[in-house]
Amino acid sequence: MIRYTIGRLTSLCLSLLVASMVIFAVVEVVPGDPAAYMLGVNARPDTVAALRTELGLDVSKPERYLAWTTGMLSGDFGQSYTYRTPVSQMILDRVWVSVPLALFALTLTILIAFPAGIYAASRRGRAGDMTVMGATQFGVAVPNFWFAMILVLIFAIKLRWFSAGGFPGWENGLFTGLKALLLPAIALALPQAAILARVMRSSLLDMLNEDFIRTARAKGLNRRQALWRHAVRNALIPVLTIIGLQFSFLLAGGIVIEQVFFLPGLGRLIFQAISSRDLIVVESVVMLLVFLVIVVNFAVDLAYALVDPRLRTRS
Amino acid sequence: MTLPRSLILGTFLSVLFLGAALLSFVWTPYDIQTLSIPSRLQTPSLTHWLGTDQLGRDILSMIMMGARTSIAVALLAVGIGMGLGVPLGLLAAARRGSLLDELIMRGNDLIFAFPSLVIAILITAVFGASAMNAIVAIGIFNIPVFARLTRGAALSLWSRDFILAARVSGKSATRISVEHILPNIANLMIVQGTIQFSLGILAEAALSYIGLGAQPPTASWGRMLADAQTLASIAPHVALMPGLAIVFMVLGLNLMGDGLRDLLDPRLQVART
Amino acid sequence: MSLLSIQDLTLSIGTYPILHDVSLTVAPGEIVAITGESGSGKSMTAFATMGLLPARATTTGRILLEGTDLLALSEAEMCKVRGRQIGMVFQEPMTALNPVQTIGAQVAETIRIHEGVSKDDALAQARAMLNRVGLPEDRFPLGRYPHELSGGQRQRVVIAMAIALRPKLLIADEPTTALDVTTQAHILDLLKDLTQEFGMGLLMITHDLAVVADMADRIVVMQHGRVVETGKTADLFRAMQHPYTKALFAASAHKVTLPVAPPPQALLEVKNVVRSYRQPRKGVFGPRPEMQAVRNVSFTLNRGERLGLVGESGCGKSTLTRAILGLEPVQSGSITLGGAPVWTDSRANLDVRRQMQVVFQDPYGSFNPRHRVRRLITEPFHLLSDPPTGEARTQKIAQALTDVGLTPADADKYIHEFSGGQRQRIAIARALINDPALIVFDEAVSALDVSVRAQVLDLLAELCRKRPLSYLFISHDLSVVRTITDRVMVMQAGEIVEQGPTEQVFSDPQHPYTRTLLAAAPQLPDMKKNADAS
Repeated sequence: MIRYTIGRLTSLCLSLLVASMVIFAVVEVVPGDPAAYMLGVNARPDTVAALRTELGLDVSKPERYLAWTTGMLSGDFGQSYTYRTPVSQMILDRVWVSVPLALFALTLTILIAFPAGIYAASRRGRAGDMTVMGATQFGVAVPNFWFAMILVLIFAIKLRWFSAGGFPGWENGLFTGLKALLLPAIALALPQAAILARVMRSSLLDMLNEDFIRTARAKGLNRRQALWRHAVRNALIPVLTIIGLQFSFLLAGGIVIEQVFFLPGLGRLIFQAISSRDLIVVESVVMLLVFLVIVVNFAVDLAYALVDPRLRTRS
Repeated sequence: MTLPRSLILGTFLSVLFLGAALLSFVWTPYDIQTLSIPSRLQTPSLTHWLGTDQLGRDILSMIMMGARTSIAVALLAVGIGMGLGVPLGLLAAARRGSLLDELIMRGNDLIFAFPSLVIAILITAVFGASAMNAIVAIGIFNIPVFARLTRGAALSLWSRDFILAARVSGKSATRISVEHILPNIANLMIVQGTIQFSLGILAEAALSYIGLGAQPPTASWGRMLADAQTLASIAPHVALMPGLAIVFMVLGLNLMGDGLRDLLDPRLQVART
Repeated sequence: MSLLSIQDLTLSIGTYPILHDVSLTVAPGEIVAITGESGSGKSMTAFATMGLLPARATTTGRILLEGTDLLALSEAEMCKVRGRQIGMVFQEPMTALNPVQTIGAQVAETIRIHEGVSKDDALAQARAMLNRVGLPEDRFPLGRYPHELSGGQRQRVVIAMAIALRPKLLIADEPTTALDVTTQAHILDLLKDLTQEFGMGLLMITHDLAVVADMADRIVVMQHGRVVETGKTADLFRAMQHPYTKALFAASAHKVTLPVAPPPQALLEVKNVVRSYRQPRKGVFGPRPEMQAVRNVSFTLNRGERLGLVGESGCGKSTLTRAILGLEPVQSGSITLGGAPVWTDSRANLDVRRQMQVVFQDPYGSFNPRHRVRRLITEPFHLLSDPPTGEARTQKIAQALTDVGLTPADADKYIHEFSGGQRQRIAIARALINDPALIVFDEAVSALDVSVRAQVLDLLAELCRKRPLSYLFISHDLSVVRTITDRVMVMQAGEIVEQGPTEQVFSDPQHPYTRTLLAAAPQLPDMKKNADAS
């Protein structure tokens, strides 16, 4: 188990290192000088040079990469070119919307998908299965941002149960915050839940064909007991992989959904940064998103080992 | 042998949208470049089957033009994914366990850490927004999908005796990959291609909705939805119609993929005959 | 009164008939074996008794367990019977256990599902059962997972689960087919002892007549879903009535006559070959230990000689085969065919490979399902610098198919149109088409039913008479090796422990491992007589 964890951890660090290089390299392709861009066409050369020094743009690219990465390790993401404020502060303000939204949506996804998938598998070929599978077929096809617009139309504009957008902040209480995130989370979660329910069902059906289910039935377990005691835990192994992938979809999808609900999250920050060519902000937010995805996949790898004893002893 | 029902329905829906996209090259009910403020926000009627938008443009015509963008972007993205992913997967499987295999697989893992939206953001930040941007972003994300699938399927084939027999007959790894492996994974690739096509439609819609995809005056479903958002309360059909177009297009492709899988999977075919 | 009495059981799946009027009985303490070839319905009879049939199965007749008709019970009532009154052991121990649960929990589950005992009590009983089936506590604590056990050990766990509540009837469906002979002997002994000790009835399903002869008190022979003959083992062997029974036993003991091998002239020379694999490192930074799959193996196969290689799974025979075929390099030593090395400059020597062909075990996996026979059997032409074309090619194909007892018209068919035996003939045709100097048969008849296997062995003998054929015949089946080879090698743990003329090794084994192997192999009664006489 220790060897497995260390192996995954090494792989995590390597991924982060390579990802940071890729991001830096891509953004550095960009032509033009941010300092000149910020000061406009009429700026005097010495002012531009002064700004370049202030922003740390006057050193070689490898040095800037080193400064950027070592800075991030100590929580210093540099200065925004546009606002001249620390990027870390800007990100910190927004991360408290985006990450809870993704986690909230992930929780909903699992809460909907597991029962639906298990129910459908246990009723294979019968009316219950057909209904759930038909519903997921639609669920998979619905674009989450369009679904979000429909939710706003029904629950915010027509029924007035929720506000149509905005975020009051966590300081007004956990419930108020969660309520503001509920519609966005549902919009994000339902299409993903449809995918996960289908995966759960087919994984369970695969397991139900395994020899060890027949062994369990020969012991005197009925179908339901065999399903719950033997199939579910084995079926979780492929399901975990999908959950890991889905987190990155939820995080990225959140950027789109934030637009529908006017949420002050990372999405808003990144679009502002793109339009004002505030590249250091783009770089840092992308790095943060990739960091989160890689860390979640590391967590999924550890979860594998918890579910599957074969991984604990093998490499 | 009867065709699966999902295949018939799915193919019907897919062909419908493909036909509409092709038709839009020669004919649309109205010209979408012509604005007509007096006839704006009309509800569906006999003259405008799906109504008009805030600038008086015919929504049916816009959806036909948008289908063109969606299909082109998603199809090219699948092309990129398959064109690069399948050879990489075959290569990794043929050199399984080697440093090259390890590099390809770690590269795949790395790309998986960049959701297509994040890739699109990076590209936009550097090159600006365009439909090409969407194609590249979705295409890059498709590469590891096909590479992993190909490698997994190819690996299980490499352990089969008929591949061993081909090796005993002195055939090179490249030749075996092309002659024996590729034909045996083609079905799987067709099914996965259909699924990635439908995911591409969804991703293109999302990208153009947030303004990272096709730019005006190119019509796209995502952009139509972005424009309709503020009008949703006074003219819901403007927001409803493009969304339904996406749903039915994606539904059609998914049903077609499921149907194809049922049809092509040899195990199921054996069970049927 | 009999414990189990199956009366006129007829079963069909959908509209497809599987069993017709099957009747048989098992008394307490009695071992009854059902035997027959694939498709005889022997396993379906077992699953019908367990009430574990596919969803679309319909049955008529009665299956009485101590007078209760199991077919009339509801599913809920049947759940109370399974595990408590009837236990079952399956063919494939590697997949029969839940990989994510400990063996203790899985054995205890049988007890907990039927009796209201505490978890600790159930585990204590499970412990006792595991001890009884030969998995003592010090080496096999309850917390072990299935993947940490070998196939034979896993089968013991399955047996412990099946007998945990001392059921009246135990059903064993090919319980040793997936195991090595020495393991098989231990498992069969265990089942025999348990039957006596618990006074259980044992209904055993097996295709292996030698196992039947050793184990059973009574035998039921099935063919195409019908019972063709039944009787006490000794009586049945003495006086078989039904022609199918006679044919089945004749095929099992089938012997072929090989022509005399020509005077020795070395063809394949294997000298001091070592092949090892690196294993995952132990500990975080520990070294990666090497596992030697083949250690210092040397032997010579002469022109026109039929050489056998026997050994149990994991003994290194597959690794050695791959090295001989030039599919993998060796770490040290040399392999030469007609004086030329099979592996030169880190790649296979095509001049040598041209002279070798191989026939694999699995008649279903050996062919690309997308190609026609014409293309499948001409694949070795790839090795020729000047492969035949046009009429010459068609001639070659027709000749190869005729040689193996098929017709030239079969060239245009796809592989799924052939039976397992026919596929193995096509594999032989593919191996012969280049007239190779050496053919490797890798468990080539192991997956076939006995009657088909007899036909394929006849074909090999006939081919040997027609042309000088040299082959290396690898098999775990000692009786087959005994009849189809001139000389035999016995391999254990990567080493060849004994080699010599086949008859001599079989009748007068020198190495202790060879003796163990021969003693463990169940034998048909008439074969025993021969062995005793010599």
